[in-house]
Amino acid sequence: MAFTDEQLERYSRHIILKEVGAKGQKKLLNAKVLIIGAGGLGAPAAMYLAAAGVGTIGIADADEVDLSNLQRQIIHTTQDVGKAKVLSAKETMEAINPDVKVNTYRTFIDSENIMDIIKDYDFVIDGTDNFPAKFLINDACVMAKKPFSHAGIIRFKGQLMTYVPGQGPCYRCVFKNPPPKDAVPTCKQAGVIGAMGGVIGSLQAMEAIKYILGVGDLLTGYLLTYDALKMEFRKVKLPQDTKGCAVCGEHPTITELIDYEQAECDGVHL
Amino acid sequence: MADFKIDDTVDITTVVCPTTFVKAKVALEELDDGQILSIKMNDGEPVQNVPRSIKEEGHKILKLIDNEDGTYDLIVQKVGD
Repeated sequence: MAFTDEQLERYSRHIILKEVGAKGQKKLLNAKVLIIGAGGLGAPAAMYLAAAGVGTIGIADADEVDLSNLQRQIIHTTQDVGKAKVLSAKETMEAINPDVKVNTYRTFIDSENIMDIIKDYDFVIDGTDNFPAKFLINDACVMAKKPFSHAGIIRFKGQLMTYVPGQGPCYRCVFKNPPPKDAVPTCKQAGVIGAMGGVIGSLQAMEAIKYILGVGDLLTGYLLTYDALKMEFRKVKLPQDTKGCAVCGEHPTITELIDYEQAECDGVHL
Repeated sequence: MADFKIDDTVDITTVVCPTTFVKAKVALEELDDGQILSIKMNDGEPVQNVPRSIKEEGHKILKLIDNEDGTYDLIVQKVGD
């Protein structure tokens, strides 16, 4: 595949980079990334991946755009209120970069559909806002041997980690099970500062891009936490022993996907 | 030019910085280690900057030929794959 002059100009700041070049840009154009949740995390991730020329982007979300989303979900505009989030996200991504093919999945992921949705993608971004979805994405990615980026945001805090099969702990190695229902407030109850999605979602996009390019060190084996009020980033080394993990360990006890029950007021994606 | 066996040529006289270097870099990436690219560029900013950027990428500048019409041919040997 040869670049058009327009592509050379569009991606010039990438191609100039030693770590990218024409070869790296072609890898991006041939890559397929799935973003689950078109919310606070998924919005910036989707926009940066589209701008970067990731050739195929899948976006999964069952919700419609709500006025209360717009404080942080920058892929949607005021005119999009009431529209399916996946459609609004697709329109923004295509407007940013017509090179990108966007696949939409207007559904909440569950144990029935997730394997089929993730199977065609090279990398998965967890942009969901609830523990059942986070454990489901982790278990499905472990079983399907898909690398993925986990992240969560609440109030002025955010965290993320990257899972690559065989290269360190999964989300369940660290957080064995979802917390009891309603033990942890969702961002709907607790609030979240809008720019937090921008910080953490952009880091997720960066991890996806580095994975596709095969450059640098990924956040595998570490949890990065960000406290905006203290203006502190911490890169916490995780236990490297995954043998005993219920899903990615040597003798997994979880061999089928689980649909955990959602907290009462959940259901709106970050 | 007869001194070199040119494997490919690229004309960057119709574009401006940074597309000049981008086009040259993409053309170099298409070549194999040791092959030679002739890059036609305008006098001025391209001649100032493109050879330097190519050198920084680790390639070998063999010659800069003044075409005496406001353009130059930069002869570059690709280093690495």
